[in-house]
This record gives sequence, C-alpha cells and structure tokens, in this order.
Amino acid sequence: MEKKIAVIDYGMGNLKNVKNAFNFLGYSAKITGDFEDIKNATHLVLPGVGGFKDAMATLKRKGLVNPIKDAINEGRKFLGICLGMQLLFETSEEFGYSEGLGIFKGKVIKFDENAVNLIPHIGWNDIEILKPLEEFKGIENKSFFYFLHSYYCVPEEDIAAAVCDYYGKFTACVKKDNIFACQFHPEKSHKEGLALLKNFIES
Amino acid sequence: MLAKRIIPCLDIKNNEVVKGINFEDLKSAGDPVELAKKYDDELADELMFLDITASSEKRKTILKLVEKISENIFIPFSVGGGVSEIEDIHNLLNSGADKVSINTSAVINPEIIDEAAKKFGSSTIVIAIDAKKVGDEYLVFTHGGKKNSGINAIRWAKEVYNRGAGEILLTSMDKDGTKSGYEINLTSMVVQCVKIPVIASGGARDARDIEEVFVKADAGAALAASIFHYENSGIIPIKKYLKSKGINVRL
Repeated sequence: MEKKIAVIDYGMGNLKNVKNAFNFLGYSAKITGDFEDIKNATHLVLPGVGGFKDAMATLKRKGLVNPIKDAINEGRKFLGICLGMQLLFETSEEFGYSEGLGIFKGKVIKFDENAVNLIPHIGWNDIEILKPLEEFKGIENKSFFYFLHSYYCVPEEDIAAAVCDYYGKFTACVKKDNIFACQFHPEKSHKEGLALLKNFIES
Repeated sequence: MLAKRIIPCLDIKNNEVVKGINFEDLKSAGDPVELAKKYDDELADELMFLDITASSEKRKTILKLVEKISENIFIPFSVGGGVSEIEDIHNLLNSGADKVSINTSAVINPEIIDEAAKKFGSSTIVIAIDAKKVGDEYLVFTHGGKKNSGINAIRWAKEVYNRGAGEILLTSMDKDGTKSGYEINLTSMVVQCVKIPVIASGGARDARDIEEVFVKADAGAALAASIFHYENSGIIPIKKYLKSKGINVRL
C-alpha cells in the first residue's frame, strides 16, 4: 500500500525538520492542516514545540481535534513527538490547568524546580527500553536521543514503552494500539532517531 | 543521565567556512554542508554556525544555506552572527535552524530576549556572551569583541537567564585562539549563577581541556572550532577519552 505521511501543521514549532527526516529516509511527507489530507493519510505525525495551552487552542480553532481523533479511532498509524506526545493526554498543569486530546489517561506535569537543577531538559539523554516494540528495532537499549522540554507525561495506564532518567525517571515513549509517541525529537536524534522514524513507517 | 555535549563551531563567510580547514577527503574543504555532514557522522552532538558575512544583502544567502544544512543533518544546530531583529530569528528558524544565537543586539536591546523567548520558546534562544577580564572583573564585549560594554559578565548572564534565554554560549576572549584551555574561573562562575546550560568556548587545545571544563566548571557543553579540524583530535577520539574519565558522553 502506498504510504501517505501527513505531518499535521497547526502552527507550532519547526515541522520542516520532521519532513526533512522522512524525505532523507526516502519517503514523501506532506506538512498539512488540510482535512482531506489528514483523512487520506496512512501515517499521521503530530509534532510540536511550544506551549500546551496555545497548541490545544490552535488545534480547536483550526478544527483539527476531530480529524485527529477520527484518524486514531480508525486505527491509522499515529506518531506524537514532544508536545505532540503531551497533547495526547487528558490534562496539563502548564499555566494552571489545560485540557488535552484525552486519548491517553494521565497528565502532563513540569519538572520539579526544587529537585531539578536545569530546566528545560536540553540535550542528549539515554533511554531505557521497557517493551521490545517494532519501533525500537535495531536500536540498542540505552541509546541517546535529543530531548528539549520542561514538562513530561505521567500516564495512568500501562502504556510506557521507554523511560529516561533526568533527576529521576520519567516516561520517554508510550505505545498503545496504533499510537506511538516520544518525548524526544527523533528528527534531531541522529541515526537512532532516523531508525525509529523508519520503524514507525515500516512496522 | 544527560550527556555532556561536544559542539563544533563553523565560521561562515559568503557561504564558505573560513577557519583553518584541513580535511583532505572533502569535495570542497570550505563547503559548510559537507563539513556539517562530516561532523554529524563523527557524532558531534550539535553544530554552531556563526555567520560573519559583513553586508546585509549577502546575509540573505545564509538562509538558503541553513535550509540545505537542515535537509542533510539530523542533529540540532544553531545559527548566530548579526541577528538583530525578531524577524531575523523567525527567518532562521523557518529555514530549519533549531536555535538562534544573539550577541550584540541583546546587549543593546535586552528586551529582544524576552520577546524572542516568548514568541519562539526559551529553548530556541541562545545568548552569546563575549567576556574579557578587565582589572579584577569580567566585562561583556560586543561588536565581535571590539567594543567594551562596561557590563559585568556575571550580572549579564543572570539577566539573560531571567529574561528567558534557554542557553548561554560563553566565550572567553582572553582564551580564544590561545590554545591554553578554557577559562575555568569565568565558566564556573556563570554556571553557578544560572539554571540553564552553559556552553563553554575559547581556548580548547585537546581532550584534556574539554575534560577540565566539564569536571571543574560543570559546563553543559564544550564548543571548539579548530581542534576538530584535524583527524588526530576528531570528535570520536575526544569522546572516547572523556568516557574513559567517567564523563557521560554520547558514543
């Protein structure tokens, strides 16, 4: 089957680098906010850098909440990256309280400023793979990925696929049915990141 | 555990790399895209491009270059040099840069830091500080190190942190180009007064200098230019040395 990759454009952060990574791997990917494109895509990617509240407001304003939920409910392959992972949860404590897409049970919280020396968590950190998923094929446990975030997800169901240790362990990847999501940026994580993107498409 | 980062820096002028390039296996030694790919292969953790092209007309060509680099390397990269307006930052990020570094214009107009951090997120904004010891204090110099701002570097570091900078690129002008090691005292003072990563720059000669700035000053990253240009002090051998000393690096 022909692979149609849609990188969902809702005006948050640098989407081009996600597209660049897919192109480099030999896939064509479209940055799009168009309902038809999203409806026809075989693979959807929700990237994003920035604020949770703004992102949700933008998704709502652009009418993208239902198309995203439909794609997920129809069982199409879905990848959330960084903020795109966080948005899949029920709530975030960013700026008090914000509601997310609610695909996963759980919340998004900030690193504890009293316990964590440097916020945001910027740089390369190794992950501990908890479940031997197709998405991790060819990727060694303890491989390094590039992180850039101040908030992290706390799932309230058994979906954690990898954890990362930054002043304590937090969830780095989740997987449930057709959805995979990661807190790090695979498009900026060198060979391991590219391998993960390839696995997402091919698995 | 978070790894310490090694960041090669490339000075770009009119789309060519201008600092002492010595690679023989490159198609064009001065081609920034080829060099970026080479460093990416050699496990550089990030790349820093400093555009030192003088005229503003020619500076537009940097955007095309940024675009080309972003299509070929899959590690974060920052671009700096002559960034003076929000629009410059917007254009660089839109062309594919992950971070933008601001120097002189932040000193002239500190509010640009707040505005940029709010608009693009703190993590995309790097503030470059060129510091030099004058008497018994470190002062901030601007305009490529030509002009003494009279501002205390430690105070300035705290200010840029409070205004929302995501990282500080700290260059010791006393050490830059001397190959006598990083300025440990200055780096350590800045690291201790902010809660964002500090990238140490200026003076690196070998792996031991990098070890020193990680261990003694706790810098989050070490930046260097010329030392990575020679095969015998490539990034991988340096990282292997650091790892053997118990420093967490991505290998």
